[in-house]
Amino acid sequence: MKARIHVFLKEGVLDPQGKAVMNALRTLGFGEVQSVRQGKFFDVETDPLAPGESEARLREYCQKLLANPVIENYRVEVLEP
Amino acid sequence: MKVAVVRFWGSNCDHDAIEWAPRVLGLASEVIWYEERELRGADLVVLPGGFSYGDYLRPGAMAARTPVMEAVIAHARRGGLVIGICNGFQVLCEVGLLPGALLRNQTLTFLHQEVVLRCETAGSPFTAGIGKGRLLRMPIAHGDGNYFADAATLSRLKDEDRVAFRYVDAEGGLDPAHNPNGSLDAIAGILSEGRNVLGMMPHPERASEALLGSSDGAEILQSVLGSFQRA
Amino acid sequence: MADPKVTRALALQHGLTDEEWEKALSILGRTPSYPELGIFSVMWSEHCSYKSSRVHLRRFPTKGPRVLQGPGENAGVVDIGDGWAVCFKMESHNHPSYIEPYQGAATGVGGILRDVFTMGARPIANLNGLFFGRPDHPKTAHLMKGVVAGIGDYGNCIGVPTVGGQVTFNPCYDGNILVNAFTLGLLRADKIFRGYASGVGNPVLYVGSKTGRDGIHGATMASAEFSEATEEKRPTVQVGDPFTEKLLLEACLELMAEDVIVGIQDMGAAGLTSSSFEMAGRAGSGIRLDLDRVPMRESGMTPYEILLSESQERMLIVAEQGREARVREIFHRWGLDAVAIGEVTDTGRAEIFWHGERVVDMPVGPVSDQAPAYERPMREPAGLQSRTALDVASLPPVAPAAALLALMGHPDLCSRRWVTTQYDQTVRTNTVLGPGADAALVRIKGTTKAVAMSLDVNPRYCKLDPFEGGRLAVAESARNVACVGAKPLALTDCLNFGNPEKPEVMWEFARSVDGISEAAAAMETPVVSGNVSFYNETNGVGIHPTPTIGMVGLLEEVDARLDPAFKEPGDAIVLLGETFGHLGGSAALWVLFGLEAGSPPSLDLSAELRLIALLQELAAHGLARSAHDCSEGGLLVTVAECGLASGSTLGADLSLATRGLSPLARLFGEDASRAVVTAPRGGEQGVLETAARLNVPAAVIGTVRRERLVVRLDGNPAADLSMAQLRAAWENGLRPIVG
Repeated sequence: MKARIHVFLKEGVLDPQGKAVMNALRTLGFGEVQSVRQGKFFDVETDPLAPGESEARLREYCQKLLANPVIENYRVEVLEP
Repeated sequence: MKVAVVRFWGSNCDHDAIEWAPRVLGLASEVIWYEERELRGADLVVLPGGFSYGDYLRPGAMAARTPVMEAVIAHARRGGLVIGICNGFQVLCEVGLLPGALLRNQTLTFLHQEVVLRCETAGSPFTAGIGKGRLLRMPIAHGDGNYFADAATLSRLKDEDRVAFRYVDAEGGLDPAHNPNGSLDAIAGILSEGRNVLGMMPHPERASEALLGSSDGAEILQSVLGSFQRA
Repeated sequence: MADPKVTRALALQHGLTDEEWEKALSILGRTPSYPELGIFSVMWSEHCSYKSSRVHLRRFPTKGPRVLQGPGENAGVVDIGDGWAVCFKMESHNHPSYIEPYQGAATGVGGILRDVFTMGARPIANLNGLFFGRPDHPKTAHLMKGVVAGIGDYGNCIGVPTVGGQVTFNPCYDGNILVNAFTLGLLRADKIFRGYASGVGNPVLYVGSKTGRDGIHGATMASAEFSEATEEKRPTVQVGDPFTEKLLLEACLELMAEDVIVGIQDMGAAGLTSSSFEMAGRAGSGIRLDLDRVPMRESGMTPYEILLSESQERMLIVAEQGREARVREIFHRWGLDAVAIGEVTDTGRAEIFWHGERVVDMPVGPVSDQAPAYERPMREPAGLQSRTALDVASLPPVAPAAALLALMGHPDLCSRRWVTTQYDQTVRTNTVLGPGADAALVRIKGTTKAVAMSLDVNPRYCKLDPFEGGRLAVAESARNVACVGAKPLALTDCLNFGNPEKPEVMWEFARSVDGISEAAAAMETPVVSGNVSFYNETNGVGIHPTPTIGMVGLLEEVDARLDPAFKEPGDAIVLLGETFGHLGGSAALWVLFGLEAGSPPSLDLSAELRLIALLQELAAHGLARSAHDCSEGGLLVTVAECGLASGSTLGADLSLATRGLSPLARLFGEDASRAVVTAPRGGEQGVLETAARLNVPAAVIGTVRRERLVVRLDGNPAADLSMAQLRAAWENGLRPIVG
């Protein structure tokens, strides 16, 4: 299976890197930019998983390691079963 | 009192932490490898600073998932003493022994500088011998030391007198210009609910001899030993 | 993919000359294979072979009673007594840092750390010399931010403190920045490891990160000029992995504590090729490698690519036969691969196989140490004479207070705090004096000793007179080491120059080497390691000659150290050394008038030696409370720096006689062999008497006071500034660049 897992800061958690990127974009003349939030994604390849099981399994990756629930949310996306 | 220092892959203040108790208290330090599941009878466990696993993913995230941390959690749940310094603090937050998280410094850069800390409570083994209001000088050296917790957690920390240290100016006053990393409420160190786990971003082990500019950091270890002997 | 057919044209594309191609043909007696051509091209590149510099470098003094290892190894080693030794080296990472400043600088730090720990030393201090273009050049801010973050992130993560260095701005670096990284390590004097592939049948082990296509031909890139075209091309940049290097460091040091290793070498520039050829070359042995056993990160790599890859964090180890299992065991504990990829032979040849097929068969000696060496033509640059002519009398008069503010706030002289706060300065708990002191001072645990280190060069001096500039760089670095109380022991150098195929550049190089040699011999501080970086030119414009000197000294009693900071109001301020008011090449001319003109101050080596002895004696006997080298910016800048270093608001009352000098020359002139020290009130007599005994001119010039810096010249008020105002200028000097 191939999947992409997105991890991003929760709303309300200050994102100084996102803010710096926003300011840089605005300085470059992209005055329309109102907000930037920086996140990360993981491209994961696994052995075949039972149908219907993949997403729960990927969420477990997030809960156990990939995301810090205190500050981060996540979204999982199965690209190829 | 038996002192143990955990060594993770990539920990770079491990030697500093290992030499801390011998230098300050004349006590030996046991070195515990991250794969071990036993703390060999340690009374005080030190989680050292410095880039375990290269700070890849998130600082402290991978060290928090190593076998030794299960033993550290069990030790803490039994009331055993734990100090996490810098990366060790990040690990303690990642495993949930301490609330909140350490975010990127507000400057977006690594910061090394001497800071002044104000001891905010005498109510812990780590600070009983220091006393509320005392000022301590020691260095910080981190890229991710910006303490964050949600509003409910922060008010709980304050209500329960669990803020151990705050960043202050030379006279001991709160001043945003002296909060180097942008920490919430100028928090530099916090205690667990049971007051037996301390996490702090500044480095007391680097400020435990006059030759290196300050020996204030030694007081934390001396306080722990005093409390241990009284108990 | 089939290898391209090797022809003379292809060889020329690889950077070989016609003459070198003929030599390659005669060494092999046939046309080289494609991997063999790759090997010739990197081994005979300027970067690896020192072909333009070798004949000159022989003039360096390299021996001394304390030298345990001189040039020719991964790094030099110097005895510091009680069974301890220090291992150190400086290396440039200029071209990669210009192309990708963050990774270029980071991998520079990674490389020099590996050079030091392969010798068996634990790295305990990093310093770096950084040279950027003019402050308002459109690229300077980007390059500076990237380089500083890259140096910081690598050193911080691996846990080696960055304790000092130099940051200089000059338009000559607009198209070629310099990143010179220095590392010092500590080891037992009887446990030095070297890069020897000896003992027939001993296994050759590959350890560390896997091999990818990164940095192929980095060594040949460092041996060619930049142009608009190369800037567009962007070769594969190496990416640093300080976490893996930390594991590699711990694994190597653990392995070295046992008798398992015969020889070890970093796979730095030119990767597996240079490490295997150099190790076999030093031992006079042969080596057989099976390239298909090399751990690879990318698929479809060819022998040529594997041999030339410059992937970071890799080492080659020759182990004792039968002890491979122990090597693997230790490396696996640290999560690293250790793979046997070949063995030592007695054939004197490098025989390299790919899935059983012999793809390289070359004699080691002729390739590794009989690389071409050139006596390139030299010519004094036209116009140097007119450049050095300077009519001081024609300069407009300046107000000393305004001049001092301008100097203190100038990027060359202002506070380096924005840079140094990004470096962990105190990890390993040895740092007694960090950035801001004349020399960094790192204590040696378990002893009363400390090691002092300083990096110095004044590129303006070197441009105006490379010989005197080279001498002055050695003298200043030795003086800086003495200012903390230490005895200068030995030095490493990083010689950064333009295109050596230009006779003017070669002349500058040779003159610099002569100057360094003369001063190093007089100081009895041999050159124990170093690096040459040529081709620092873009579109035909070369940098100023920049021979960075890294001086290492020893302080036997760390408690006797001195630092530059004023201590108490009322302390006497004593100027040591003679003032001539020399303005040629000075910071004052550059900052106030935009002039790089005149000749640098002339150095009297015997006067310098007496001053250095005096500084050590003042420290050892506790006669002085502070000491600070008086060099760039002159006397008034030096005094202001002493006040600012105190961290509080201490200033000074100075009372000076002009003795026929203009205020500019008296206050901002740059003479060699001077220092400013303080003594407790009434203690100045001890300083003056000791100075007189050692035949060093010395005079009380004022006292330490609170809050202001007040200067009287011949009894008349000449300047009166608040230290707060000076501090504001000094602390904000980098702001126009970095924000």
